[in-house]
Amino acid sequence: MKRDVRMTALNAELAQRILILDGSMGAYLQGFGLTSEDFHGDRFATHTTPLKGDSDVLTLTRPDVITKVHEAYIGAGADIISTNTFTATPISQAEYGLEAFAREMNFESAVLARAASDLAEKADGKPRAVAGSLGPTTKLLSMSPDVGDPGRRDADFDGMAKGYEEQALGLIEGGADILLIETITDTLNCKAALWGAWEAFDKTGVELPLWISGTITDRSGRTLSGQTVEAFYNSVRHAKPWAIGLNCALGPADMRAFLADLSRVAECAVSAYPNAGLPNAMGGYDETPHSMEAHYAEWAKAGLLNIAGGCCGTTPDHISHMKHAVAGVKPRIKAAHDSRLKLAGLEPFTAAA
Amino acid sequence: MSSANPFANFIIVGERTNVTGSAKFRKLIEADDYAGALTVARQQVEGGANVLDVNMDAALIDGPAAMRRFLNLIASEPDIARIPLMIDSSKWEVIEAGLKCAQGKSIVNSISLKEGEEKFLYEARRVQRFGAAAVVMAFDEQGQADTAKRKIEICTRAYRLLTDKVGFAPEDIIFDPNIFAVATGIEEHAEYAKAFFEATGYIRSELPHAHVSGGVSNVSFSFRGNEPVREAMHAVFLYHAIRAGMDMGIVNAGSLTLYDDVEPELRERVEDVLLNRREDATERLLEIADRAKAGGKKQGAERDLSWRQKPVKDRLAHALVHGVNEFIVEDTEEARLQAERPLHVIEGPLMDGMSVVGDLFGAGKMFLPQVVKSARVMKQAVAHLIPFMDEEKERLGLVGKSNGKIVMATVKGDVHDIGKNIVGVVLQCNGYEIDDMGVMVPCDRILERAKEIGADAIGLSGLITPSLDEMVFVASEMERLGLNLPLLIGGATTSRTHTAVKIAPAYSGPILYVPDASKAVPVVQKLLGADRDLLVKETRAEYDAAREAYFLGQDKRPRLPLAKARQRAPKLEFAPVKPSFLGVRSFDNYPLEELVPYIDWTPFFASWDLVGRYPAIMDDEIVGDAARNLYRDASVMLKQLVAEKWVRASGVVGFWPAQRDGDDVVLFADEKRGREIARLHTLRQQIDKGESKANFALADYIAPKADYIGAFAVTAGIGEEDVSIRFKRANDDYSAIMAQALCDRLAEAFAEAMHAKVRRELWGYAKDETLTPEDLIAEKYRGIRPAPGYPAQPDHTEKRTIFDLLEAHERTGIDLTESMAMTPPSSVSGLYFAHPEAEYFGTGKIDRDQVEDYAQRKGWALATAERWLSPILAYDPLIAKVG
Repeated sequence: MKRDVRMTALNAELAQRILILDGSMGAYLQGFGLTSEDFHGDRFATHTTPLKGDSDVLTLTRPDVITKVHEAYIGAGADIISTNTFTATPISQAEYGLEAFAREMNFESAVLARAASDLAEKADGKPRAVAGSLGPTTKLLSMSPDVGDPGRRDADFDGMAKGYEEQALGLIEGGADILLIETITDTLNCKAALWGAWEAFDKTGVELPLWISGTITDRSGRTLSGQTVEAFYNSVRHAKPWAIGLNCALGPADMRAFLADLSRVAECAVSAYPNAGLPNAMGGYDETPHSMEAHYAEWAKAGLLNIAGGCCGTTPDHISHMKHAVAGVKPRIKAAHDSRLKLAGLEPFTAAA
Repeated sequence: MSSANPFANFIIVGERTNVTGSAKFRKLIEADDYAGALTVARQQVEGGANVLDVNMDAALIDGPAAMRRFLNLIASEPDIARIPLMIDSSKWEVIEAGLKCAQGKSIVNSISLKEGEEKFLYEARRVQRFGAAAVVMAFDEQGQADTAKRKIEICTRAYRLLTDKVGFAPEDIIFDPNIFAVATGIEEHAEYAKAFFEATGYIRSELPHAHVSGGVSNVSFSFRGNEPVREAMHAVFLYHAIRAGMDMGIVNAGSLTLYDDVEPELRERVEDVLLNRREDATERLLEIADRAKAGGKKQGAERDLSWRQKPVKDRLAHALVHGVNEFIVEDTEEARLQAERPLHVIEGPLMDGMSVVGDLFGAGKMFLPQVVKSARVMKQAVAHLIPFMDEEKERLGLVGKSNGKIVMATVKGDVHDIGKNIVGVVLQCNGYEIDDMGVMVPCDRILERAKEIGADAIGLSGLITPSLDEMVFVASEMERLGLNLPLLIGGATTSRTHTAVKIAPAYSGPILYVPDASKAVPVVQKLLGADRDLLVKETRAEYDAAREAYFLGQDKRPRLPLAKARQRAPKLEFAPVKPSFLGVRSFDNYPLEELVPYIDWTPFFASWDLVGRYPAIMDDEIVGDAARNLYRDASVMLKQLVAEKWVRASGVVGFWPAQRDGDDVVLFADEKRGREIARLHTLRQQIDKGESKANFALADYIAPKADYIGAFAVTAGIGEEDVSIRFKRANDDYSAIMAQALCDRLAEAFAEAMHAKVRRELWGYAKDETLTPEDLIAEKYRGIRPAPGYPAQPDHTEKRTIFDLLEAHERTGIDLTESMAMTPPSSVSGLYFAHPEAEYFGTGKIDRDQVEDYAQRKGWALATAERWLSPILAYDPLIAKVG
């Protein structure tokens, strides 16, 4: 399937039903018992910085396990799978000394996901889209790393945008269908990612749908950089996203209220992929596939959802339960276009007319 | 636009963080005093700015660096960063530096065609990618537009370029059609203001969704140094500009004067200038300019600060009496340094000041809103002293002393607390320690707390009728536990009679009914002072007498047997109208600004103990001043509350096929009328009014078949609690209470607005109705919307049925407590009856036969019915049982 044919088919599905995104990469990879050797592989055998924990490098050193993860999620019923590139910007990979390989990681990760989805499409003719994942990076543009010096920043917008551009170029060239800017803790980072994406579109002449997913870090309902859900939406609405949503940090019970806030205002599709609950005392996640199913069923019935998936702690089993939970339920109807001037600081401000 | 608040839809851009407009701010930046600069920003936010303008364009300032640094610092100050930014510079590099530090959606000020289309389009595209809105100046290659024609021409051209070529969202375009100085003596300048109004009108009607902004203070530039005239010019200019459609302005957020508050002669002459109505307009304004300057103090344009020259003790008294909190911390600090101990500041000048307030209040020369403002100042002064007192306590091992400790609570099942908050504040300023436990507090927790802190009295409050029973319960528990603490009773449904008849017999300790805040202090002073025994004895005698009078004066008029009363039901004709839809419809996030015109202000004044009808109350000889000031404060907060959406309004409306079955109304799932989904119960008047007069029940308004009924639940209180907590934390009870009172009004306004929508559109039985909001408040329309718990249906439990039908909790977030109080408290629910003759009535007292019948219909035990209907029983259940 060609990209435009696939997206047309996927959008037709999106109008009919709630689409399914895959679950966590990390939770599933843990099951493989990967060792330091797996991460380094032959290629980085002599690399001095330990690479264990850099999941994205596995694309280059153990592509077979990444393919297995994609296949497992497709098998569980995912319509969209995301690339293994959550930390594959030069900025994040610099922590491992692998910044020079960022572009390649993105390209190869997209290729792996593309191959897995091509296989499934051939089998049943139904579209499987690849969402190129752009994560939050290790630096924040709106917050100081030092409480004693609130004006300080250890990254700047231009450098951040450049890094994301690099990542977007790799993803586009590798065959991603959508760019998914996810786990956004600081909206300014997201703006830099959008900027990078647009630069990449200008350079390649290929324009992909943009998917934006923010993270509410605790029950106060704010992003890490302090915005409310609606302020966040107002701040990224100019990107005319294909979909907007929330993911990570919270489990489904705590995410519900904020998802409802977003669903109320979003003039595009709405997605949600929470964690499998909050991390427990042992660092694990408590929501079982079965208990998550109930949340998704309720969200779907309440008309909050267009795309459902899972974040940290979720597995293919969670995804297949989720698919079951939303099957046959009408998708959310997007909010009507609002032509009022909508501004935002940490809080939203909407002009009267 | 609402006539009540001309600024309601006007976006205020705070102008003080602008180095070109404020020398003070420029000096702070030049001196590298960014902490001081942040304080200026914070004052703008607190003063009510909706957007913060930041400008760093000065010769000695490195623009991009200063912009970056200041915005990064703002990002770390949540109380400033909560509002959007306007990134203001004539240099593109400074604007871009700012945009790269702003995570929110900001406004760029400005871009223009000054240097041609190419640069304009380039900048516009980048603004769009940063996700900002843009101010577009009426400026092109030929220069700045000064005539209406040029302004319109340039703005239209810019609008087309932005929407057609760039794909810029039209609502993100804010035109600045240039405000220039008038009354300069130069003839060509005379039309400047008019040209602005005309261009504004054109833009707002012909360039869809675009906005209009401007720097208002330019217009009065020729009157530099004469602030009263400048303020007057700004007020009149804004009045006309806003009417033309200007909806944003760069103004000094703290000092907006209302058009109506400008002295009439000055106003007329300013208007002559702005509208260029006569040749000698400028001369005539100059003629009175000096006089206006001298008299300006009266208008508050230039404040009288001569009291600042007085000794600190007098300054504190002045601040307390006038409710001025601006200098209170520095004055308190000065007093503390002079005093031997920090406590002496409280016991000396502060309490002296408050006793002046108390005297004025007692003499009717000050009113509740002013007293609460005084209390705010007092609290802020005390808050400043507390750390010093704690430190002293630690050092000397002293124990604080207060006039007495009182535990206050709104009882279990009830959520209303405006009155209780006011009483608490007033008592606090009289030196009592108030432990306010909040709302919905169960009896055992109240008594536990009283014991724990060694309280000297307990105060209970409640608004809905079931709370009366809860108060009786608290009293009986106090009796059972052998307490002897005084119990104070207050709240809207409480009364001296109820206290005497129901509560006092349950408790042998002192019980006192406190009708309002003004009575709280004298009662508590006596109660906790030397006169206690006398007061208790007197009150007891008074209540004994009241009880006796009550039983003697009981309405002994004959009640009709229920069957007979039913025979006298009104004989109505029916022509049911089918609603536009059946089932339930949500109205989530209803625009608050649409509710403002529906506000009925009279009850608002009543909630502050100011009695009189609005708007006449504003001219009242005695309370007029207090009412006007209160109204002004309320308007300012309302504007901000609406613009910044402090609260959310959500509602739900439903209609169902219905028909009458006896005194019940049966509701069906659909038009087939086969499946009964709910049954509403109503109560019938039983008083004997004579053969010729009808005995009503709400069910009478529904036809025996093929009719419809509606129901609604609305709230304007989602987020209300956070707002009031925020103010309380800042020791600002005045604003906390104000916010609650406004939310209450908005909820009622919402019910009114929704009812109008129902009549005209959703049910649609009065499509041609053309009533003004004033008519609506006077209820001159067809159909009623009675609420359970009110006279036409006093049984609160019917709310549960309505809530279930409407899925009200899921759809609006309103909850019902076990006493059937709605929470958030700023909520209204009820039924819709469309019958042309439907009117509000009261059931009056009902007899035991109806209570038995009602209990059976509801599936209740008799005792349950008697409990929920206790306020309307025509008999005493205890006596009736024995007899």
